[in-house]
Amino acid sequence: MSTATAKITPNVIAEHGLTNEEYALVLEIMGREPSMTELGIFSVMWSEHCSYKSSRVHLKKLPTKAPWVIQGPGENAGVIDIGDGQAAIFKMESHNHPSFIEPYQGAATGVGGIMRDVFTMGARPIANVNALRFGEPDDPKTRHLIAGVVAGIGGYGNCMGVPTVAGEVNFHASYNGNILVNAMTVGLAQTDKIFYSAAAGVGNPVIYVGAKTGRDGIHGATMASAEFNEDSEEKRPTVQVGDPFTEKLLLEACLELMATDAIVAIQDMGAAGLTSSSVEMSSKGGLGIELDLDKVPVRETHMTAYEIMLSESQERMLMILKPQAMDKARAIFEKWELDFAEIGRLTNTGHLVLKKNGKVEADMPVAPLVEKSPVYQRPYVPTKPQANIDPALVPAPSDLLMALRTLVGSPDLASRRWVWEQYDHLVMGHTAQRPGGDAAVVRLPDMNGKALAITSDCTPRYCLADPKTGGAQAVVETWRNLTAVGATPLAITDNMNFGNPQRPEIMGQFVGCIEGMVEACNALDYPVISGNVSLYNETNGKGILPTPVIGGVGVIADAEKSAPIAFRQPGEVILLVGETKGHLGQSIYLRELHGREEGAPPPVDLAAEKRNGDFIRTQILAGSVTACHDCSDGGLLVAVAEMAMAGNLGATVRAPEKLSVPAHAFWFGEDQARYVATVAMGNAERFLSEAKKAGVPVTVLGETGSNALTLVDSGTISVASLRETHEAFFPDLMGAGS
Amino acid sequence: MKAAIVVFPGSNRERDAEAALTQAMGKKPIMVWHRDTELPDVDLVLVPGGFSYGDYLRCGAIAAHSPILREVKARADKGMAVIGVCNGFQIITEAGLLPGILLRNASLKFVCRNIRLKVETSQSLFTSQYEQGQVLSIPVAHHDGNYFADDRTLDELEANGQVAFRYCSPDGEFGDEHNPNGSARSIAGIFNRTKNVLGLMPHPENAIEPLQGSTDGKALFKSMVEALS
Repeated sequence: MSTATAKITPNVIAEHGLTNEEYALVLEIMGREPSMTELGIFSVMWSEHCSYKSSRVHLKKLPTKAPWVIQGPGENAGVIDIGDGQAAIFKMESHNHPSFIEPYQGAATGVGGIMRDVFTMGARPIANVNALRFGEPDDPKTRHLIAGVVAGIGGYGNCMGVPTVAGEVNFHASYNGNILVNAMTVGLAQTDKIFYSAAAGVGNPVIYVGAKTGRDGIHGATMASAEFNEDSEEKRPTVQVGDPFTEKLLLEACLELMATDAIVAIQDMGAAGLTSSSVEMSSKGGLGIELDLDKVPVRETHMTAYEIMLSESQERMLMILKPQAMDKARAIFEKWELDFAEIGRLTNTGHLVLKKNGKVEADMPVAPLVEKSPVYQRPYVPTKPQANIDPALVPAPSDLLMALRTLVGSPDLASRRWVWEQYDHLVMGHTAQRPGGDAAVVRLPDMNGKALAITSDCTPRYCLADPKTGGAQAVVETWRNLTAVGATPLAITDNMNFGNPQRPEIMGQFVGCIEGMVEACNALDYPVISGNVSLYNETNGKGILPTPVIGGVGVIADAEKSAPIAFRQPGEVILLVGETKGHLGQSIYLRELHGREEGAPPPVDLAAEKRNGDFIRTQILAGSVTACHDCSDGGLLVAVAEMAMAGNLGATVRAPEKLSVPAHAFWFGEDQARYVATVAMGNAERFLSEAKKAGVPVTVLGETGSNALTLVDSGTISVASLRETHEAFFPDLMGAGS
Repeated sequence: MKAAIVVFPGSNRERDAEAALTQAMGKKPIMVWHRDTELPDVDLVLVPGGFSYGDYLRCGAIAAHSPILREVKARADKGMAVIGVCNGFQIITEAGLLPGILLRNASLKFVCRNIRLKVETSQSLFTSQYEQGQVLSIPVAHHDGNYFADDRTLDELEANGQVAFRYCSPDGEFGDEHNPNGSARSIAGIFNRTKNVLGLMPHPENAIEPLQGSTDGKALFKSMVEALS
């Protein structure tokens, strides 16, 4: 496939992932048969990964604007104004397929890629987050995948010196053959020092910086746009290899250059490498671009134009510089011992022209390559709603506290300490709330305590049962998690992981999730500023659970005011904010205790979310809340237990006297819009009266104290025993010495 | 006190160290780039944490041969104070300023968490503001912090009072379960013979204010300022 003389046959076209109709469009644009290099460029630019051809019509429905949004989707990452002349820049991106094939390098390069997206725009990365989905714990590949992915994320982020502060891990059989590795980076920049990718200035030099180009990752974007099968192992050579040391140098060199006035435009070479960076920069600027591929730094001999253009070698950037700044720029990259090569010029032809050995290897119009890329209105069927489950018909456990212990030790609720202790979550010295809480809190340097709160969430089983509710729930859970630490939620990034969009039921899941997200974002004034779509997450025709992961970012004026999840001291009042109807459909209780993944997910009441969230945030910022935790997976009693375990402090709690649902539905139901909070005894009355004024239901659950959790009328379990079970799952799964 | 921080390609806790030194000294330390061959006139050199040269080959091995390290070593031999933290400990050990070596953690995994650290002596320019036997909470964040030396060297270190810190329980007990990386005799930090050089794996620079969950690292920087001003 790599020889320039190969003939373009129907087979070659199919191997490039193009349909007959798409190839007909190629012929129409070119007015002739394309060269192999040109075909390769069409192939990656029109891949699902780069063109969003199946998802674009639906992504357009997402709200992307707010007064504080500086840059929405369409750039390397989204940008929001966080006041004081500062901007937060963030995005989440998937590296699912590579991570399944080669977990360490796949995950590592996913982290490297998303950090480049953020520092390309002028931001120093200050926090990394990751959302991981694995198959069943006892699937033969799961341990190997977890070990590799976690080590790879740590290996890259730790070396970069960027703290990995938050994340999530889920297990489900649907991911056995197709894990999800979604990585998010949040960076900090000055609002007047943000860098974009639109090229400008005919004649300006095109500069290649960073690592050399090799044969790794050729056709990675195409791989990410196809289903898996037994032959996927053979695709190992298309997984890139990461070099975090080089990226660290690239980060420092780029930020040093950005502090000067040298850069016209800059874009990282991510998926589809030199192809997408050169095409996107020139198309956004409405210009042409001419590259001499002999000048591209390569680390292998005899690389063809095709290989150079399609390589996904990591740690590379493309820049348009001001001609007069060339010497200064070159000196900075030489200081950091990185390649710096002038490989071409901007032109006014509107064409991408590639030369190699004096021969023109490609000459194609840029605009139609981008604008005429196929867009599909894929047929879809909405997901059939599932029946509501009457809590009264779900059997009670023989012992509520034994059920609690089972839940806190179950795969989706057990402690993730084994994972996050392998990530440096403290480097930079600004981590105010560490992993394990609702959201991480990372203070901004030199800002008198101002901080960002960061979280990622999704409940895929809800999305499968009811995509619209699930999509909305993913958004509101991030909003709640940010609120629970006292932050004001500002914006989200989304990572849409779904199966094969050519199947109408999968497309129905996608469309449904988007609908729910749109409603939630609108109701909460919480726009989408960046995102990524990963489709074809299937193995042998079986799709994953629909997984629209949401990464949320909020701001808090003073990190010291943020509320932790840990119970702080004995004798404080434990309060439940929000209404409990005992919703057991799709609950972890139903799944772990009764082996049933059934029913409608808990409904999302956006007005109640907003009312309850705004109330608790106000209380936290007023200083009356000593600890706060959102109620989600596992329900109320799990939330209380998590607060007790985090604080190593017990509690006595009781259900209200006139309970309209069975006790196990009250304690384990997964009703939304709820928080558990503690307040000092003397503050409880005021808290209750202010809640009443705000129209927010609050229930007094009990008080903190002792070293055990007591459920009145049910029994007592020591916090130590809960912790032992909670902490055991990962070390037991991952083996001795963990 | 005048202090300098040596920055290598791949260093990543140089700003954390800068913050800690600035807090203690009331002024900023000088940042020295690894290619510089001359050290400014300072009382203390700090070699920070990170992944110098990507930790390729072996942690600290390449940095140990950089021109600036030759200069640091020459001055240390004349009595200038040097502190190496984490990767800095690995570097100055590789450079021969301290005996022994840092191996891969016994768990084979990176470990980041607050550990307890027992101060073995307050008789040094780095530890004078601590009480002997005091138990500190300080974070570690490393993949290769497993201190190793042969038994004779370890005996000598102990006999000469060169052990600065050991990993311990909250009550100050030693044991494998309190040792995050498998270090010989729970050793977390050591001095050279003349006690003007300290290397340690934990990060006192990340325990200098309440927001970080501990302020137990402050006294280390204060000790240096007291001794060297």
